[in-house]
Amino acid sequence: MSKPPLQEKLAILSDAAKYDASCASSGTSRRHSRKGDGLGSTEGSGICHAYAPDGRCISLLKILLTNFCIYDCAYCVNRVSSNVRRARFTVDEVVTLTLEFYRRNYIEGLFLSSGIVKSPDETMGEMVEIARKLRQEHNFRGYIHLKTIPDADPALIEAAGLHADRLSINVELPTDASVAAFAPEKNPATIRRAMADVRLRKEYAGDRSHTGKRPPRFAPAGQSTQMIVGADGADDATILHQSTRLYGSYGLKRVYYSAFSPIPDATDKLPLIRPPLEREHRLYQADWLLRFYGFALDEITGATRDGNLDLAIDPKLAWALTNRAQFPVDVNRASREMLLRVPGFGVKTVNRILTTRRHRTLSYEDLVRMGASMKKARAFVVLRGWTPGALTDSADLRARFAPPPEQLALF
Amino acid sequence: MPTVALPTRDTARAWRDAARGLLAQDIPPDRVLWHRGDRAADLFAEPPEPMPAGGAMTVPKSFVELAETVCWHSDPERFARLYALLWRLRESRARMTDTADPALSRLREMEKSVRRDKHKMKAFLRFREIDASGPRRRFAAWFEPAHFIAEPLAPFFARRFGDMDWIIVTPDLTLRFTGGEIAFEDGQSRPPLPDDATEELWTTYFRNIFNPARLKVKAMQAEMPRKYWKNLPEAAAIPDMIATAEERARRMQAAAPTLAPARAARITERLRMDQQTPPPADDLDALHRQAAGCERCALYRDATQVVMGEGPRDAPLMVVGEQPGDQEDLAGRPFVGPAGQLFDRIAEEAGLDRSRAFVTNAVKHFKFTPRGKRRIHQKPDAGEVSACRWWLDAERELIRPRLILAMGATAAGALTGRAEGIMKRRGTFEATGDGTPVLLTLHPSYLLRVPNEQAKAAATRDFRGDLALAADWLRDTA
Repeated sequence: MSKPPLQEKLAILSDAAKYDASCASSGTSRRHSRKGDGLGSTEGSGICHAYAPDGRCISLLKILLTNFCIYDCAYCVNRVSSNVRRARFTVDEVVTLTLEFYRRNYIEGLFLSSGIVKSPDETMGEMVEIARKLRQEHNFRGYIHLKTIPDADPALIEAAGLHADRLSINVELPTDASVAAFAPEKNPATIRRAMADVRLRKEYAGDRSHTGKRPPRFAPAGQSTQMIVGADGADDATILHQSTRLYGSYGLKRVYYSAFSPIPDATDKLPLIRPPLEREHRLYQADWLLRFYGFALDEITGATRDGNLDLAIDPKLAWALTNRAQFPVDVNRASREMLLRVPGFGVKTVNRILTTRRHRTLSYEDLVRMGASMKKARAFVVLRGWTPGALTDSADLRARFAPPPEQLALF
Repeated sequence: MPTVALPTRDTARAWRDAARGLLAQDIPPDRVLWHRGDRAADLFAEPPEPMPAGGAMTVPKSFVELAETVCWHSDPERFARLYALLWRLRESRARMTDTADPALSRLREMEKSVRRDKHKMKAFLRFREIDASGPRRRFAAWFEPAHFIAEPLAPFFARRFGDMDWIIVTPDLTLRFTGGEIAFEDGQSRPPLPDDATEELWTTYFRNIFNPARLKVKAMQAEMPRKYWKNLPEAAAIPDMIATAEERARRMQAAAPTLAPARAARITERLRMDQQTPPPADDLDALHRQAAGCERCALYRDATQVVMGEGPRDAPLMVVGEQPGDQEDLAGRPFVGPAGQLFDRIAEEAGLDRSRAFVTNAVKHFKFTPRGKRRIHQKPDAGEVSACRWWLDAERELIRPRLILAMGATAAGALTGRAEGIMKRRGTFEATGDGTPVLLTLHPSYLLRVPNEQAKAAATRDFRGDLALAADWLRDTA
């Protein structure tokens, strides 16, 4: 078999990488190359350099080192039993592509993942070598995200964390049983141990030694993971339970939810569906409520029927509708915690309410100017010149928010 | 009427100086005309007066930041609006925190618009490589921002592209970065730039990272409006990508599963063999391997891993705690967290040789409830303790210690069958069902939790005494 030219390899290995949702390039340490001794900078917030017609941000060069893989995961386009075209980059090809794309301002950095060839150590070793070359030989100061391979030698993970801004390991599916069924070679316990290991190393790297010296930084942008939604039968309550546990246990920066999406050359073990994008969206909203709005897991799952989030309305609204006794809320007096629970109020709106109401009593128009979504909020708040009256308890309140029923499309 | 003509470079600082001077002269906003550049002054305007040095007014930091950004907006009204707000701030600085004030809201909108424009320029500017004369590679770009943001963005590009020379041309201003120096020149119209072969690679990437099964054109255009497309090499591919997406997704779904390639079965077979657990080296290893897959109670579901005991095989003393904590769960080893470290310290003080003890827990998985980014320890219930006693008994069977030190109620319960009244029973010897002596004591995590300093000192003294008692007992019965 002749080796495909670089452009063809790039086509194959980016096509194979698109199922990883993460493209974040934010939250790492600040670096720059102003002195002319290197290339690249990171300044806190990430930058999306392009958007594809799937609405996803393109911030990093997201590619696989190779799509050859010895595993046979049913949901994956690169599984050993698939007939997709295979390719493999050399270390230098990845380094050059990253630098040349970066110099033209196409990307913030590299997100490198890989199929597993021969052994986990060999694959991980090449990935680490790419990061090392970028950092040490080319003084590259942009963002590097490495997907770590759970079974690889801890020394390689250690080296990966010294060069990369972020490490990630995908838990892939929400339950251990689904992993056993659809990714038989993967071991959920090993994946969790690897995440525990990354958290411990990150914590050690944050401690000063007795001389007050700081050890080198380890993955300053933390670790993240991804779960595929809709491939197995797990309901949203199961998925959110799993992510709550992952956030609490391993200090993850993000859990990504990826709607199971058709792949070329699918297996008959896992019939293709239309990707459940709406469900993915609701899960992200619930995830945000858990992390930034002070909601407890059972409050969110308590507002679901049959353990799945309501697709027609957002989870905060769903919670408010089942807890109407707590409303309406007096915007001019309520606590921060309660304001965060009002549908239509985001964290920014709540902060603005809190600073402004120190000076004066807020009116309905004030909230509109502050960016609150009053179409949602008005049924749940009282303030100067506005009271929802019977609206809060009206039986058809949900219907006012949910889109009218439409005929089901036959895919 | 005083007219202030602000320069086209360093405009934000010039505005600040001018505004200070006007304030010092007490000139109200409706009596000032502002404009940028050397445009012919208003017919009715008076020639600008020399401004006195700035007054002593201090303004909130948030205003300074707002002005610093809004000055680059393209709206000719911006300087007057800023000055009007500054004028009102003299009466009350609190206006800056009134987020519903219409004048401030308008300026905040302008600020947002400038920020967004800057962000988009950082994102959508594209360099092409041009001929280099020296050792540094050279790149050039053309960009049309909506506001006058090229100047404030120059340091950003200099920090980012430090080891190459570059030129960024905009209609208003040209940025030239040569050998590490930034220079500003007049703006130009779109310059001819040579082709760059890397653009083809980039477009290849753009086409292939797109998932045709998730077409969301509106979401793309909200973030990458069409006005930017003409300068993006990849944008030329967009119409075709959209047009063929549905058909591609449909074909994937319709395609019948193919036969796996011949090598697949061979690779899978070899992998399965590699993944089989090797035979145990000795009984303790075998026990650990068995325990790794333990599902005797529900705790395995949320914990990271089972944490079995460790220590010498011929240890005379076995120390039993309650359960692994957060750190133990992550590390997979017992007694490495705060309570374990406290135990180590006090054992040393009490003359107990820690390295000669086998340390383990009554329950081998960590039980907790997640709260935000932390895990709150939860006491294992009787069912979990009894499910796990199977493993504890197996460890006891292999180590056969002369003495067991039970720390805390859970360990006491697992070893003696009775968990109550640990405070009264501590410091006394009891026995397991098979007659091994068990010395009861407190759990070290209790010492960490006692809020009262006096009670803490007393509990620590008791605990140290119990450990010394164990050390003495071992010495006397040796």
